[in-house]
Amino acid sequence: MSWTPELGLILLLAIPLGGSVGVLVFSRWANLREAATLISGAALLANVVMLVMAVDGGARPALDLMHVAGGLSLNFTLEPLGAVFAALASALWLINSLYSIGYMRGNHAKDQTRFYLSFTIAIAAAMGVAAAGNMFTLFVFYEILTLSTYPLVTHNGDEKARRGGRIYLSILMATSIGLFLPAVIATHFIAGSTDFMPGGLLADQVTPALASVLLLLYAFGIGKAALMPVQNWLPNAMVAPTPVSAFLHAVAVVKAGVFTMLKMSVYIFGLDFMRTIPAAHWLAWVAAISIVLASLIALSKDNFKERLAYSTISQLSYITLGAMIATPLAALGAALHIVMHAWGKITLFMCAGAIYSARHITNVSGLKGLGKSMPWVFGAFLVGSLSIIGLPPLAGAWPKLLLMMGATDPINRVFIGALIISSLLNVAYLLPIPARAFFAKAENEADGAPDAPAAKAPMLTVLPPVLTAIATVALFFLIGPILDFLRPVFESGGMS
Amino acid sequence: MNAVLDAFIALLPAWTLAHAAPLLVVSPLLSGPIALMLTRGKLAWAWALLISLATLVFALVLYSQVMDHGSVTYAFGDWAPPLGITYHVDTLNLLVLLLVVFMGVLSLIYGLPSVLREIAPANQAAFFAAFMLCFAGLLGVAITGDAFNVFVFLEISSISTYVLVAMGGGADRRALTSSFNYLILGTIGATFFVIGIGFLYMATGTLNMADITVQLQGKGDDRVVRAAFAFIFIGLGLKTAMFPLHTWLPGAYAHSPTMAGVFLASTATKVAFYTMIRFMVGVFLPGSVFDSAILLLVLAPMAVAAMLICSVQALYQANLRKILAYSSVAQLGYMLLGLSMGTAAGVSAGLLHMFNHAILKGGLFMAVGIFALSYGVRRVEDLRGLGKTMPLTAAGFTVCGLSLIGVPVTAGFVSKFYLVSAALERGWWWAAAAILISSVLAIFYVGRMLEMMYLQKAPQVDGKIAKGEPVSALALAPLLLLAAANIWFMFDASLPKGLADAAAAALLGGGGL
Repeated sequence: MSWTPELGLILLLAIPLGGSVGVLVFSRWANLREAATLISGAALLANVVMLVMAVDGGARPALDLMHVAGGLSLNFTLEPLGAVFAALASALWLINSLYSIGYMRGNHAKDQTRFYLSFTIAIAAAMGVAAAGNMFTLFVFYEILTLSTYPLVTHNGDEKARRGGRIYLSILMATSIGLFLPAVIATHFIAGSTDFMPGGLLADQVTPALASVLLLLYAFGIGKAALMPVQNWLPNAMVAPTPVSAFLHAVAVVKAGVFTMLKMSVYIFGLDFMRTIPAAHWLAWVAAISIVLASLIALSKDNFKERLAYSTISQLSYITLGAMIATPLAALGAALHIVMHAWGKITLFMCAGAIYSARHITNVSGLKGLGKSMPWVFGAFLVGSLSIIGLPPLAGAWPKLLLMMGATDPINRVFIGALIISSLLNVAYLLPIPARAFFAKAENEADGAPDAPAAKAPMLTVLPPVLTAIATVALFFLIGPILDFLRPVFESGGMS
Repeated sequence: MNAVLDAFIALLPAWTLAHAAPLLVVSPLLSGPIALMLTRGKLAWAWALLISLATLVFALVLYSQVMDHGSVTYAFGDWAPPLGITYHVDTLNLLVLLLVVFMGVLSLIYGLPSVLREIAPANQAAFFAAFMLCFAGLLGVAITGDAFNVFVFLEISSISTYVLVAMGGGADRRALTSSFNYLILGTIGATFFVIGIGFLYMATGTLNMADITVQLQGKGDDRVVRAAFAFIFIGLGLKTAMFPLHTWLPGAYAHSPTMAGVFLASTATKVAFYTMIRFMVGVFLPGSVFDSAILLLVLAPMAVAAMLICSVQALYQANLRKILAYSSVAQLGYMLLGLSMGTAAGVSAGLLHMFNHAILKGGLFMAVGIFALSYGVRRVEDLRGLGKTMPLTAAGFTVCGLSLIGVPVTAGFVSKFYLVSAALERGWWWAAAAILISSVLAIFYVGRMLEMMYLQKAPQVDGKIAKGEPVSALALAPLLLLAAANIWFMFDASLPKGLADAAAAALLGGGGL
């Protein structure tokens, strides 16, 4: 049987689930078990690459999975936006898996089988989100993603982990079932389906007032996008092991959230219609406030991972902002930001984890002088930070530029200001970290802390962030093909 | 599947086909006293199981007959209605009959280990006798076409229920007060109901339900009929545990013997709910006998209050079965809400939710019962670590629990989806909102139990996880079957949905009131 795009869609789910079977079967032999993860990761990436090429060639592979009650159905249709998300998630999953092995072994973590098993299920769910052909399908995989990442968040199993996990699950489940699901059902009720339609399923089918209500339900129901005030689960999920944080922040979870937000904007309401909905403008304000407020909070956090968490909340709202401004350029910038932010942020998290593995330091203030002993890690961190700040020639520069160019209408100009302020705040909360590591004198040199010189980060925790840092440079120059790939989505309906 | 059924039915002797309707009720009714005479618990159990399997056959015969002919009417002694008593099976009560029969069989299979443990050996045969009477009573309520007959069977099932609940008194003294509570309230309910039937007889001179409808037509505004309606509505409301007449339910469900709890939770209120539909939109004519505004002004608010208040109450219970019981009252609110919409879509959604709730709540009570048998679990915190120590039971509990929340890929989602759609179609956005708020509350009370099971460490004795009694396969199999059913009916709800749709269309026509 030769590969066809339709088969590729099945493989999107089948490969990671096959990986999870492998993890279970080889649970007693750690090396084989990790091989199952890595092989399925590589196979998935290869499959996604083929799919991306097919989509680039104009194909829109579709697959009917099953029909459920009431005219609802589960089906897949891959379009450029979803293909990009799938490519991003599968590439980062492979790197993150390498990193997980180094981190989990280096820290002698327990219950590793459950850990890898949950990971494979979660990535399958993320693939389902990427390929979903309608909002209902997307919702189902969105929920599976929440449930499968829950054991990951609570992995440490102590009281703190359970508390974080409880907040994680209750906020995400409550918003999704209480707001997101009603919006999906209402969409189905109004339009007769929840299919993603180029130009917008609901476009001009509903009054602006009703569209506003629906949009508010969607925007706050998609809790994974962490739009304020639904952001609290994210810092609380920081109790998880670092590979999980990287997975949450860069690979799948929050990215699934903003991806859903963008899908909703482009395919459910349609960009042209979005610009006429009053609530879209209010939500753009909420997003802009989230951007600035979360950056300010990040500035006040000394805990390394918490600072990064608030940085993520701020950066996610860039994407929500783009989806709400809904000019083609802004939406394109938002789509790019999903990709570019992911590479930068995963670099930062993996660096944080490498530092923790070597020195068990969790606070920013404890990093003084570490740059000398961990030059690669902090070098990667510096590159990742600069990319998030948006400095050329790093990947993060493009989405910010496009977002600003998309916000030139008089009514939107204020948001350009928010983006600029946020960039300055990024500088203020990210750059002191490598600066302190490279230029400040270590405190414990005098104390002679016993393990200070000897501890080295495991190789597998250092190599992945360096790779992703290099990727942020490469992506800056690869912008042309990516733009060509995405542009049809935002200019004229994508799917047709 | 239908071909297999037809082939099977072709093997049966002709008299079972001709008399399936009365046999369905009479055989368990007569089996009760015989079970009592068998005196030994296991023997009585085997006998009861045999009879319940026989009722399963009769129910399947009725299913195929209704599928072929639309409805089945059986006149006792060939006294044609409206003179004699008739049994009448159509799509509406067929769904209920199938539900009761299947849950009866599953409860019996499930119940043996727990009965042997919880009931004193001398009383075990009596327990099964009471169970069979209750089973027969519920089937009788559902199948009969005679209004007074409904009362008789309602009393048979209620009185045997009081006995079943009180038999929990050996293990849990609170069962006695719960049973007494239920007895008082249940009797008041039955009295109201029979007074209502009396008024109806006064006004129409007939007890045959189909005939009453005919007589009521063209009667215009009649105060006696209105009084009858009010009495019957309240009486059945009590039996259905309609908020705020539900106070008997939590105690009765929480303190009864395990097997009785499983059976009652999945059937008793469902049958009462069916009876309410039968009377309100089948016998009485909405719009002529009662103002359909009563649905909006009385029934719907009580339904919404149940959904919200009882879900909150479920959040604050420590006793596991109390959580499930309060959740049952809330779920009955969903069903009544469907009825109160007064549209075919609403009634159909309510019936579907009745079916789904029966299979999921039955499963939850089964799982809690297994936990109780193995580890003596009674309270939420006793669930700690059971996800590891009893993985299969915990998995069954989880699936049914997710279905209770209404998470997609479980049956509970389907009926809630239809309820929300029906509410939106009716323009009742507030009802849709109430369904969703109540579902979010369910996330929390179910989540609390799941969290204990999967995230808390099992209590340790001397550094070792305590070992519980091994789970009997007899108890586990029905639970897993119900869990599977909760997933199956998400993807193929054609059986319950088809019956519910047909029933609602028959009652209300295409549109509604």
